[in-house]
Amino acid sequence: MNDKLYRIILFITALIMPIVCGGVVYALVTDAYDAFEHFGFLKFLTSSEWSYTEGNEQYGALPFITGTLMTTLLALIFCIPFSLPVALFVGEYFKGTKVASVLSTVTDLLAGIPSIIYGLWGFYTLRPIIMALNISPQGSGVLTASLVLAIMIVPYAASLSAEFIKMVPNDLKEGAYSLGATHSEVVKKVIFPVAGSGIFSSYVLAIGRALGETMTVTMLIGNTNNIPISITSTGNSMASIIANQFGEADDLRLSSLIAIGLILFLITALINMIGKIMIKRARIA
Amino acid sequence: MESIIPILEFKKTCVSYTKQTMAVKYVSATIEKNTITAIMGPSGCGKSTLLRAVNLMHNLYPNIHVDGEILLNGENILSMEPIDVRRRVGMVFQRPAPFPTMSIYENVLSGFALNGIKLSKTEKDATVEHCLRNVALWDEVKDVLNKKGTFLSGGQQQRLCIARALAMKPDVLLMDEPTSALDPIATKHIEELLLELQKEVTILIVTHNMGQAKRISSKSMFMYLGELVEYDDTETMFNNPIEERTKAYLTGKMG
Repeated sequence: MNDKLYRIILFITALIMPIVCGGVVYALVTDAYDAFEHFGFLKFLTSSEWSYTEGNEQYGALPFITGTLMTTLLALIFCIPFSLPVALFVGEYFKGTKVASVLSTVTDLLAGIPSIIYGLWGFYTLRPIIMALNISPQGSGVLTASLVLAIMIVPYAASLSAEFIKMVPNDLKEGAYSLGATHSEVVKKVIFPVAGSGIFSSYVLAIGRALGETMTVTMLIGNTNNIPISITSTGNSMASIIANQFGEADDLRLSSLIAIGLILFLITALINMIGKIMIKRARIA
Repeated sequence: MESIIPILEFKKTCVSYTKQTMAVKYVSATIEKNTITAIMGPSGCGKSTLLRAVNLMHNLYPNIHVDGEILLNGENILSMEPIDVRRRVGMVFQRPAPFPTMSIYENVLSGFALNGIKLSKTEKDATVEHCLRNVALWDEVKDVLNKKGTFLSGGQQQRLCIARALAMKPDVLLMDEPTSALDPIATKHIEELLLELQKEVTILIVTHNMGQAKRISSKSMFMYLGELVEYDDTETMFNNPIEERTKAYLTGKMG
């Protein structure tokens, strides 16, 4: 009897999560509906106008989709040369040593720093450097945001990749050594190919995180509603335009912001799903 | 009587994992060229440890120390470069482990790829065919050479691993219980194969299986608690063991 009750309670509590998730999606879709209906779904995605002159309101998501994709892609490019060596250091070359555990603890610590602190650091330390180097006059912009985003996603990519590198069976490594391979050849020709899909999936998950990062990007991207034409231009990401304008928006503009939120939600969900599926595959193989 | 050509000589070889405990204690023995020598003994007697010392596998683990001498054609391998030693001393492990990202074809040639040695297409084809024929796998896989090695059965995978080791034309082939993960039929295949292969390569095989040692080896070592208790012709050892401990092990009183 008791067991049955226990199962029912478990079942109900477990059901709450899917219900909440469904509710969020439902709210996003109904609130975004106005914007999609008014501008048309495709037009909304491809328009780069963002003007709230009364009587002639024009809203399009393209500048923000571009802003998000640019910052994410750049962050990924900056992240790889820092996270891959850390992963190799922790997962292979210094595996199991004290220095590796210190390094991985410090890396994990980076993941726990609130994004507002990264934002502050970017704003008061990195931005003046960018200005001093004459890279861009205002200091803020896509490049600045991407650099800080990269630092934020390094811990994720590095610690997950390190796990996959550690998982490469010793049998295979010893097999390669027994054929006369050097350490670097074992890394290049055995560890990377075998751990490859796992490493790839850890970057997919890192992208998932960069896509939705709000605070840091809002503080550093410059907040202009145009398509960034170069990496030093200012712009807005999907998350940062919402953060900037949700307080003062109503009616069609609010609906447009929510529509952008829905698009961001879908992209992030898709990327995370791909990452998770790939991780599952990598674990099985 | 034929004169013995020594290829491998252990001289007071010791292996220690920590400063206090020695896994292999002062082993001295001479291995004859083109023979199969079996190393027997209960779990933890140091037989695998001794075997792995021969291709400097212990160098991968900084805590393990090897002392004494191990001579390969008269040259002490402990003072040679691990890479040079391993190219001359191949190894087959307990669990068959072909490289999962490589095809059967690439697996046979993996030793060359890992060492950065370039071969022409004809050399590659010839090596692959020769090595796979050597391990009696050619007829079974000649049409699926581009499939992944992991698609094969356990016994086939192990033969592929032997082919991979043979491709480097080693002087000595070390085998660490190569059939313990295989079924009896696959085991029989491998045993027949080894009897053929001893014409080309000297084989040192660790085995738990006394029957296997009896079937394929001409010389046998019996190890116990890190010591080489007895080393003799396999026939002599099985019929008239000198040491009590050997007798106890072979008759199943100890193990």
